[in-house]
Amino acid sequence: MSSIIPADLYYTESHEWVRPNDDGTVTVGITDHAQHLLGDLVFVEIPEVGRAVAAAESCAVVESVKAASDVYSPLDGVIVEVNEALADNPERINEDPYGQGWIFRLKTAAALDGLLDARGYEAVAVAEDEDETSLANPKLAG
Amino acid sequence: MAKRTPLYLRHAALGAKLVDFGGWDMPLHYGSQLDEHHRVRRAAGLFDVSHMTIVDFAEPAPTRALLRHLLANDVARLYPGKALYTCLLNEAGGIIDDLIVYDRGAIGYRLVLNAATRDKDLAWITPIAERFGAAWRERDDLAMLAAQGPEALARLEPVLGAAMVAAVRALKPFHALEADGLFIARTGYTGEDGVEILPPAATAPELWDRILAAGVAPCGLGARDTLRLEAGMNLYGSDMDETTTPLVSGLGWTVAWEPADRDFVGRAALERQRAAGVPQTFVGLVLEERGVLRGHQSVHADDREIGQITSGTFSPTLTRAIALARVEAGVGVRCQVDIRGKRLPARVVKPPFVRHGRVLIE
Repeated sequence: MSSIIPADLYYTESHEWVRPNDDGTVTVGITDHAQHLLGDLVFVEIPEVGRAVAAAESCAVVESVKAASDVYSPLDGVIVEVNEALADNPERINEDPYGQGWIFRLKTAAALDGLLDARGYEAVAVAEDEDETSLANPKLAG
Repeated sequence: MAKRTPLYLRHAALGAKLVDFGGWDMPLHYGSQLDEHHRVRRAAGLFDVSHMTIVDFAEPAPTRALLRHLLANDVARLYPGKALYTCLLNEAGGIIDDLIVYDRGAIGYRLVLNAATRDKDLAWITPIAERFGAAWRERDDLAMLAAQGPEALARLEPVLGAAMVAAVRALKPFHALEADGLFIARTGYTGEDGVEILPPAATAPELWDRILAAGVAPCGLGARDTLRLEAGMNLYGSDMDETTTPLVSGLGWTVAWEPADRDFVGRAALERQRAAGVPQTFVGLVLEERGVLRGHQSVHADDREIGQITSGTFSPTLTRAIALARVEAGVGVRCQVDIRGKRLPARVVKPPFVRHGRVLIE
C-alpha cells in the first residue's frame, strides 16, 4: 500500500504527523498510512483544551468501525486548540489526514529534532506493510 | 500458509484488504467497509464465504437419527428444501458451534458450519456419526457466495436466468433449491433479502465475475460483521462459545424442547439451567452518546457491574453505537457502559436493530 508522506512534516513511530506553525505551536494529526490501516473512521475522542500532555502520552482516540486506536502526543506541551469538526465528521481524517483531518494544536517548547523526518517515517510505514500486525486484527463474522 | 478460497485471486485483483480469519486469507473490505455496508442495505452486495465448512451426509435415515441427537434444534421439523438454524452443544450445554442444516430429501442433509471451528466440530461429530452409521464428507470442492440486499435477486436474473430467479423468489426464507449444478438457499447473515449460492469451486470465479458484472458490489467480512450485528445475529466466538448455553445467548428459541423424550446432547444441562432459573439475559444496547461499543466493555446499573458486551460496533445504518450484551436477568431499560473508564448511558433494546433496510428500534 502506498501512502502519502509529505516531506515538510515531522512524524512519530506511532503514526502521528507534526506541523510546526509560525506562532510556535504545532498541529498534530495521524498519517495517511495510519488512516488506511484503520479504515473508515466513525468516532474521534478529542482532548480538552488546556490539558498538559507529555510526549508519548495518549491524548485522543480514533475509532474505526472495527477498532479503537490511541493517538499520542508527539511532544511535551499544552493542548491549545482541538478540531471540534471531527465530532460530526470523523471521516475527514480518512479524506484529508494532513488538512481538515488535523486533531489538535499543541503549545510546546520542545525541540522537533527528536522526531522522524519523512524519510524516517517512510521506513516505519514500509516495515509495517511487510508485517501488518501493529494494528488490531479484528475478529470477523464467519 | 493461510488457506485461500477459490476466489482469492479475484479479491487480490480487486484491491481487497486481506486479513487472516481463522487460518484463511479473507477480504476485510475492498476500499470502504461503510460503503459496502450501505450497498447491501440499499441495493446488493456479494460476499465470498467459501471459508465456511460444508459437510454432506448422504444417507437420510441414519443421518436424521444422528442429527436429532447431535443438534439442539430438531431436524424432525424439516422437510425437503427446508433449512434450520441450530446450536451444536456439548454435554454441559455449552455451544461448540452454530450452524445451518439443510434437508435435501433423498440426497441427505447438508451442514454449513463456521470456518474457525472446523477442526473441533469435525472431531466432535466424527465418533458420534460413526455410532449412528451416518457417513459424511466435507465439501471443500464447493465455494459459497452470498448475494444479499433488496436488489440482489433482480440483479441475479441475467446471471442465473429468469426462470431460476423466479423459482428462487418462490422460495420462502430458509428454504433452498438445487438446479443446474447449483445449490441456492434463501439464507444469509445480513438481515436483508438474498441468497447463498454454492457452486463448484472450479466454476466459482466465473460466477463471481458474472454477478459483479450484473451490478452486485463486492463486500468484505467487515461489512458482513456490521450487517449481522444490526440484524441481531450472533457471532460464534464473540457472543457465545463453549462456556455459554443457548439460554444465556439469546438462542433459547433454537432449542427444541418438544418432544420431551428426544435425547439430544446437552439437554440435561439445559433443563437443569432452566429449572434453576436462567441467571442472565441476552440483550441489545444502543449507546446514547457519541462513542463506539466494543466486545468486553462492562455494563453497569445501580452502580454495579451487571454484565459485558459480547460484540459491539458503530452501526452504519443507525449512525450510533450498538451492541449485543449478556447481562443479569431482570435488567431495566437503562444502563451504563464503561468506555475507557467513563460510564456512558445506554438503552437496553430487543434485537434486531435493523431488518430489510428498516430501523426497528425506537
